[in-house]
Amino acid sequence: MRTRLQRWSLLLGATAVLALPMSLWAQLTQYDLNTRLGAESHIGNTTGHAKDAALPYRRFCVGCHGPLGDGNGENAPYMQPPMFQQPRDFQLGVFKCRSTPTGTLPTDQDLYDSITRGFDRSNMPQWNTLSKQERADLVAWVKHFSPRWANEKPGTPIVIPPEPEVTADRIKAGRDVFARVQCWKCHGVQGMANGPSASTLTDDLGRPIAAFNFTDGSRPKCGDTDQDVYRIFMTGLDGTPMPSFADNIKPEEAWDLVFYLRTFMQQKSKEKVLAKQLGLKPVDPNAPAPTQ
Amino acid sequence: MSTLTRSRLGRLSLSTSFLTAALVLVFLVLSASQPASALPAFARKYGLRCSACHESWPMLNFFGQKFKDNGYQLMNDRDAPIWQNPGYWPVTFRITPIWHRVSAGKVEVDTYADGNPTGSTIQRVTSSGFDLSGLDFHTAGTLEKNISFYLLPSSDSTGAFHFEQVFVRLDNIFHSPWFNIKLGRFELDNLLSEKRILTLTGNGGIYQTYHFIPVGDGNIFGQIGDNQLGLEYMGHSVNDRTRVSAALVSSSDGNVNLSTGANSYTGYFTGSQAFDTGKLGVQRIGFYAMVGEAATYYLTQGGVPLGGSGVANKGFSREGFVGQFYFGPHVDLTVVTQHGSDNPWFGQGYGNAILSDGNGGTTATCSSPLPGCPFNNVPGTALPVGAQSPTWNGYTFEGHYVYSPQLIFIGRYEVEKMSQQANGAACTACTGGLGGGQSASNLGNISSYTIGFRYNPFMTSRAGLAWHNEYNWLHQDGTGPVIGLPYANINTSEVLLGLDFDF
Repeated sequence: MRTRLQRWSLLLGATAVLALPMSLWAQLTQYDLNTRLGAESHIGNTTGHAKDAALPYRRFCVGCHGPLGDGNGENAPYMQPPMFQQPRDFQLGVFKCRSTPTGTLPTDQDLYDSITRGFDRSNMPQWNTLSKQERADLVAWVKHFSPRWANEKPGTPIVIPPEPEVTADRIKAGRDVFARVQCWKCHGVQGMANGPSASTLTDDLGRPIAAFNFTDGSRPKCGDTDQDVYRIFMTGLDGTPMPSFADNIKPEEAWDLVFYLRTFMQQKSKEKVLAKQLGLKPVDPNAPAPTQ
Repeated sequence: MSTLTRSRLGRLSLSTSFLTAALVLVFLVLSASQPASALPAFARKYGLRCSACHESWPMLNFFGQKFKDNGYQLMNDRDAPIWQNPGYWPVTFRITPIWHRVSAGKVEVDTYADGNPTGSTIQRVTSSGFDLSGLDFHTAGTLEKNISFYLLPSSDSTGAFHFEQVFVRLDNIFHSPWFNIKLGRFELDNLLSEKRILTLTGNGGIYQTYHFIPVGDGNIFGQIGDNQLGLEYMGHSVNDRTRVSAALVSSSDGNVNLSTGANSYTGYFTGSQAFDTGKLGVQRIGFYAMVGEAATYYLTQGGVPLGGSGVANKGFSREGFVGQFYFGPHVDLTVVTQHGSDNPWFGQGYGNAILSDGNGGTTATCSSPLPGCPFNNVPGTALPVGAQSPTWNGYTFEGHYVYSPQLIFIGRYEVEKMSQQANGAACTACTGGLGGGQSASNLGNISSYTIGFRYNPFMTSRAGLAWHNEYNWLHQDGTGPVIGLPYANINTSEVLLGLDFDF
């Protein structure tokens, strides 16, 4: 006759035996990642090492991006569109903010800038309090999650010509570009993210996603300098419905579009002043698209 | 082998296997637990783990310091409460069930013979048992974008509440991180924050450097570790590498109801700069200075001092340097120095007639108003011959070994050394007085050692739990009771174990 002690002992033993393979199973994927711990990043003179980033990743990032970098951290279930965006799945190796052509991998500097800048309208804060070395290590750590980095090289950053002087003519030309490539379909004719396609947008994983609202005072995700805005529509935001317009917009036209987009934004700018002086009207979605 | 022996062996074997299985299970549960979380209300709001802001909660890391300096905002468009789920309520409570053993040296106790008192003797008194810490109710966050608040009703372990911290802060005025204004009762801008201290014992749970008062000194108003009532300007660079602040506070040591001076204020100024030093991490050095004056004479009614009537302000100052040094991701050391100086009147025990009698008791215990109880600098009072400004130097060294975000080891050494005693005729009666108006040069000196570790068995963005273990030993020169000794040094120690949790 088994005593109560025996029964408890058996129960605990069986639980322990069952729990052991579960923890081993969880380590299989971890093993794959461990083989990539030699990943490096190069930010200027600083070399980042993935193996040195385990602690800061665990301290700062794992709650959202998850221990395996798949975006399934403990907080991911609470980050649902439209209020929030899901954390990035690093295993896919697809990134919005790049200086490289669409479809290519970003440079290490792109990833470093993303970590430093954070993403407005998301839960990703600015991590500019971390040391340069820590951020470089984290870039290498991000890279080690995806096999793409082992098989591909980052794209070549696009060339951004020098920024010309803002003029009224350029702003008007920018409006024509805005109409021609039909930015308004998603962003709306006044940049308020209320175009006819806005409510139908989904990302590559089928999750709802909002177009950028130029008028609500928030900053573009991938930086808010003129160069950043230029880069955004010339490289596209991979993984989202925002395509690259590198084949549709000439470099000089791209600057015109940047100037026109500035007229939507809340921040004070020369473009806004000029647009007001011009009495610039929004594009007419029913008018024939201007020719190139 | 007898049946009895086999039965005993069987039980032993069963017990062993039960214990082994239990240990294995505990190990598996602990090892399978997710890596680890201080104001969980913030963690819940932003979906960040406690470890993102805290080196080990409640101590902030650089990211957490920046979050605090931004007015508890990440500076994205999710900061305003309008973005929160309406059910979100920014409340965190914290309390610590503990077991501790306190051993106080050289306590004067009565002696008895045949049931009758025969005098007194000095002996060590040691006690141990289960206990509770006080309870904190933290509520903090933003009222609107760039308007933040903090409300902290706090109780002692008996449940007696007071408002430990209450303020409203206007953040990023003119859209600049260099302009932030705070009004209320708040902690002074100390880089090594006492309110975020990692230790919990009676003497180790405070920074001695922040509270040092020379023996017999009546100035309680220079304690930079106490929350103060006032107005603070604070500014910082975008990445928080550069920080400056200036506060104007009432010289009341944070006590409400205008209970002390009629018109006495203190200024507190800080500045610091951080440097990126490659693989070592980010290093920060800075300074602080407190310059103030406080009342020494209180109007009286029937000999009893009147609150808020204090005049005859005298000056005091505290100044020092702070350094936060990182030696890679696991090891860091914080150093705080202090040079303190009080006006000679404070050194003679004046300055705190409302709250204390100047002899370690309160005015309520004074049996006779004058002379000497309370110490009140009434018109015509003269400084004793030989009285001088008490001055001292203090140093705090606190090091951490951060094994992981879930496990931190803490070591601290503090020393407070008098460089000039107040002396004066009145002090011939002080403990440690050498007669002739002179005190021993080391009277009141303090050395304090604290070691401990905190282990967080789990870390999430929802709650925090730390298994806390700590030992403190404090030595003070010359403040023990005197029975046949020129003066007595006191050694006090405490060991504390507890489960520190917040939710």
